[in-house]
Amino acid sequence: MSKVLYAKSHEWVEFLDDTRARVGISDYAQNELGDLVFISLPEEGDEVSVGESFADVESVKAVSNVYSPVSGTVKAINEDLLDQPELVNSDAMDAWFIEVENISDKADLLTEEEYKKLIAE
Amino acid sequence: MDMKTPLYDCHVAEEGKIVPFAGYLLPVQYKSGIIAEHMAVRNAAGVFDVSHMGEVIIKGKDALNNIQMLVTNDCSRMKDGQVKYSPMCNEEGGVVDDVLIYRISEEEYLVVVNASNRHKDVEWMKAHLFGEVRLSDISEELALIALQGPLSTDILGKISEVNELPIKYYAFKENVNVSGISCMVSKTGYTGEGGYELCCKNEDAVKLWELLLDAGADEGLIPCGLGARDTLRLEAGMPLYGHEMDDDISPIEAGLGFAVKLNKENFIGKKGIIDRGTPTRTRVGLKITGRGIARENCPVFIGDKEIGRTTSGTHSPYLGYPIAMALVDVDNSILGAELLVDVRGRKITAEIVEIPFYIRQ
Repeated sequence: MSKVLYAKSHEWVEFLDDTRARVGISDYAQNELGDLVFISLPEEGDEVSVGESFADVESVKAVSNVYSPVSGTVKAINEDLLDQPELVNSDAMDAWFIEVENISDKADLLTEEEYKKLIAE
Repeated sequence: MDMKTPLYDCHVAEEGKIVPFAGYLLPVQYKSGIIAEHMAVRNAAGVFDVSHMGEVIIKGKDALNNIQMLVTNDCSRMKDGQVKYSPMCNEEGGVVDDVLIYRISEEEYLVVVNASNRHKDVEWMKAHLFGEVRLSDISEELALIALQGPLSTDILGKISEVNELPIKYYAFKENVNVSGISCMVSKTGYTGEGGYELCCKNEDAVKLWELLLDAGADEGLIPCGLGARDTLRLEAGMPLYGHEMDDDISPIEAGLGFAVKLNKENFIGKKGIIDRGTPTRTRVGLKITGRGIARENCPVFIGDKEIGRTTSGTHSPYLGYPIAMALVDVDNSILGAELLVDVRGRKITAEIVEIPFYIRQ
């Protein structure tokens, strides 16, 4: 399995190769948000940019933005999440949001160990 | 500096996610999560720490005369042991707060006020008192715990004498012995389910909380936070101060006309309400049929025409779809009407439906 890295804004990114990656939110993030009841995703072909919001996640209580850890083009979206947002609560690392291709830029990403330190603070 | 209720340590021990609310540190949810807490109250029971609510005693020969001037509802025929809901208005007919009035005796009333309005309310009431009457704010001496859900009576009956409990909705009894703790118990709540609110001294709160949790453990009772309190009251179509009503919105517009008695000789705000004439806006329920969740303050449209704004909104855990309440032009408040709600720049479809969204069987 390829290595999973994290953004400080609590998204994970798994690089499939140098220019392709899947993006989701961390287990810590889903736990902080609570029961998710709605997720909006971009469309295939949309451009995403480092640090810009590409999705909304809504818990019962509140709405939050999900920020892209990479710049590129949306190749695919995880349509299962549109009908079953709770998949993110049950397994955040499996519930990818989008697959991005033609990646041209990425955020300062943390290793799992570094990320664990960040959330422990 | 945010205050802690006497149950703060219990919330932390139950893994409550603590947030500041109305000047207090309170749990928005516990480890079960808002949906599980919400459904526990609909199907079994839940307990809520509502100690942040304010309690004010109005006492004296002119207590009733003062209550009658302060609130829009008519308390003149209340009996000892009865509770009444009422808006309290300003001169212009806007709402200062909505309160519960407990008649302890002919010359003594307890007024339960919203935590966020407590200081404003006390100032307002003090400024309008007349005759032989004394007001005391006893909020910080008392804890208030809500036990809500269809199994509430079974659970409370395990730790008290059932025949000591109030029977009718909006009745209360003083000095109920709950396993040695003296409580004022009222059959009231803010969830749309049956249940009780138990008022005790601060020093007894932890013991009462633990007694209730133990008594209900086998029935599926769990502690519930502010999040579930909000989704439950929304499904039940109950208004929340600062959302469905405020200093500018009249109780008539907020759909609280049942608690405004214009045939009462006089009360603060009577002239203001009359001068406003027939209301041009009213509270409606919305079922969101499009994809998204409308929260408060989203513009509402029919076609291109803006007709009002949402006042509260959430995902309804019981119904399984998003719901909202909105204040809209009366002319456009027809049941079944198709609307659009602007949710952060995206217009999603909604339909006007009846309030309450949920009615207990």
